[in-house]
Amino acid sequence: MTTATERGEAGAEKLLTPVLSEFWDKDKSWTIEVYRDHGGYRGSAKALAMAPDDVIAYVKESGLRGRGGAGFPTGMKWQFIPQGDGKPHYLVVNADESEPGTCKDIPLLYANPHSLVEGMIIACHAIRSNHGFIYLRGEVVPVLRRLQAAVAEAYAAGFLGKGALGDGGDLDITVHAGAGAYICGEETALLDSLEGRRGQPRLRPPFPAIAGLYACPTVVNNVESIASVPAIMDRGKEWFREMGSEKSPGFTLYSLSGHVARPGQYEAPLGVTLRQLLDLGGGIRPGHRLKFWTPGGSSTPMFTEEHLDVPLDYEGVGAAGSMLGTKALQVFDETTCVVRAVTRWTEFYAHESCGKCTPCREGTYWLVQLLRDIEAGKGLLGDLDKLADIADNINGKSFCALGDGAASPIFSSLKYFRAEYERHITERACPFDPAKSTVWADDGTTASAHQEVNA
Amino acid sequence: MTEVSLGMPQTPAPPYPDDVRARLEADAAEVIARYPDSRSALLPLLHLVQSEEGHVTRTGMRFCADALGLTTAEVTAVATFYSMYRRKPSGDYQVGVCTNTLCAVMGGDEIFGELQAHLGVGNGETTADGKVTLEHIECNAACDFAPVVMVNWEFFDNQTVESAKQLVDQLRAGAQVTPTRGAPICDFRKTARILAGFPDERPGAVAAGGSAGPASLAGLRLAKGETAPGRVVAPRAGERPAGPDADAQPDGRAPATHPSSHDAPQPSAASDPENPTGPVTKEGE
Repeated sequence: MTTATERGEAGAEKLLTPVLSEFWDKDKSWTIEVYRDHGGYRGSAKALAMAPDDVIAYVKESGLRGRGGAGFPTGMKWQFIPQGDGKPHYLVVNADESEPGTCKDIPLLYANPHSLVEGMIIACHAIRSNHGFIYLRGEVVPVLRRLQAAVAEAYAAGFLGKGALGDGGDLDITVHAGAGAYICGEETALLDSLEGRRGQPRLRPPFPAIAGLYACPTVVNNVESIASVPAIMDRGKEWFREMGSEKSPGFTLYSLSGHVARPGQYEAPLGVTLRQLLDLGGGIRPGHRLKFWTPGGSSTPMFTEEHLDVPLDYEGVGAAGSMLGTKALQVFDETTCVVRAVTRWTEFYAHESCGKCTPCREGTYWLVQLLRDIEAGKGLLGDLDKLADIADNINGKSFCALGDGAASPIFSSLKYFRAEYERHITERACPFDPAKSTVWADDGTTASAHQEVNA
Repeated sequence: MTEVSLGMPQTPAPPYPDDVRARLEADAAEVIARYPDSRSALLPLLHLVQSEEGHVTRTGMRFCADALGLTTAEVTAVATFYSMYRRKPSGDYQVGVCTNTLCAVMGGDEIFGELQAHLGVGNGETTADGKVTLEHIECNAACDFAPVVMVNWEFFDNQTVESAKQLVDQLRAGAQVTPTRGAPICDFRKTARILAGFPDERPGAVAAGGSAGPASLAGLRLAKGETAPGRVVAPRAGERPAGPDADAQPDGRAPATHPSSHDAPQPSAASDPENPTGPVTKEGE
């Protein structure tokens, strides 16, 4: 049996594979000069020398899968774009990162926006598009500045603009700031929003590959998916496939947050476990232990300590009853009330439900009413079955996955922590002190931070 | 509060004065030119009119409708859908405290509660001096920096109750405030103009905040061997649950002497009365 120490010390250099994050610690990492010093725009040069269909085949063979949550093979998405149809094709990058717990695309775009711009050049060449859009959530102005600057630099360097795609013609990229709506992270709602409408999901089919932006063939990809393409083109699909597993190859950003000693971004091959990441990251904050965690944002069913060794790839997490999602590892320790956590997430879904589909709009509202009562000690035991019943009536019954996401924390928390819900009801109060969960709870100066925590 | 209209038809909103309209029309033309279809410019144009008046007025919506050939009803439907469009006069500084689950648990709830008491305003309300509008916000994609406070959509990471109070005090006093990640705070209207797609012209604005925040570099530093790896913390003696992680704690050592204590969160200003400076905010020139 290896100890945590042995694993941790052996692992740091071997386990982590910084590619996208490789030079985030360099001065002015967001500039085109620093990006090119680290191999930037070599991948796009290689891709532009290839036929578009060959680029699609290459990305498909690399095995790259979507990093936005669903894990759909990126190359296959590109392949769905009909060719020779006489319509304009569009690439739309989903930079609306808003899933609770998810915090990978924003630091990526802040420190290394050119990886996205270069990836878009390759993707536009492949799908024969002359116009790409970056739909960035509006609430991140520092990132918007750097994206605007990066696109301007790429124009100035000739990577964008007139003749940027050679025989493929011009390439324009428009940076578009959203205006505050989680639902716009759903690809068809994003397209409606980008067309200047309320962000409400569309019924599918037709899928965006057939009728997307302005009813034209459109690829919608996550930031990290596109940003991963230049390195694949530059260093080779074989290099990429050496990392991760057969079905989930490559590197990815894992975002560790919450009650951990060292929260942050950890770029590693797909398939690492939370235990390995915690070993590297200094574990749970001192004096506490893991209670529950999400593998990929609040919409992915929660895990407990029994899942510490689940490989964090698409298959591994799926087999364990959740989804890899956005690899947003939100970690909560034993001071956290699971009812409080789920209530707050549910309030989020109710707030962000776009209102189009009745099960989601009404269901999330009623979930919030029940959960607030339970958290406040005013619930009834029968409410727990009612929660599960309402969640069941939302799950899979709306146009998009927001409703499914709202049901996930309900189902999974009832599965693992039903007794804790029951305690709220039978004791007619929440048995937790929220002050003990705060970052400063163990500082020793806050009145509510008892020495008991470290005893 | 939102006015109750009782369903009575309203007279058309007054237009902008000619000089304002001419200036905004030139801006609008630039925005519209970025898109194959003019209606795509609606969200940026709503940011643009918000940069003119600080919130989206009926006049602003009429301007957008005229610029894009839409009805004011179509524009209103969009303006009321998105949470970043302010529909009433609001402060120069939009202060948002993340109270989604993770930030809330890590201290966001306490910060939001204390700020409401400190400022004497509730959610979505503005201080009497017109400086600060306080609201709770949803996840802002900075969970590894929790608890997070946003001011005009710039990041103030790893906040405490004390640092957040100091932050709003400085904003109200007119001091230059610098975020953890982002450019020195400008007023809300200038921020709205950046969101409309007009880059921040201030020298150094893009570079401000450095390449990446400390948490963003956590894994990179480990991979480069710059930080000693830590260990999974041992649960308290006697409380150890049975489970597959049992081998993670080889000696059940007491947490107080745990080897990862060295990189535990450092005491912040909240716990150090000798240090009046917030951990993340500072005054500029």
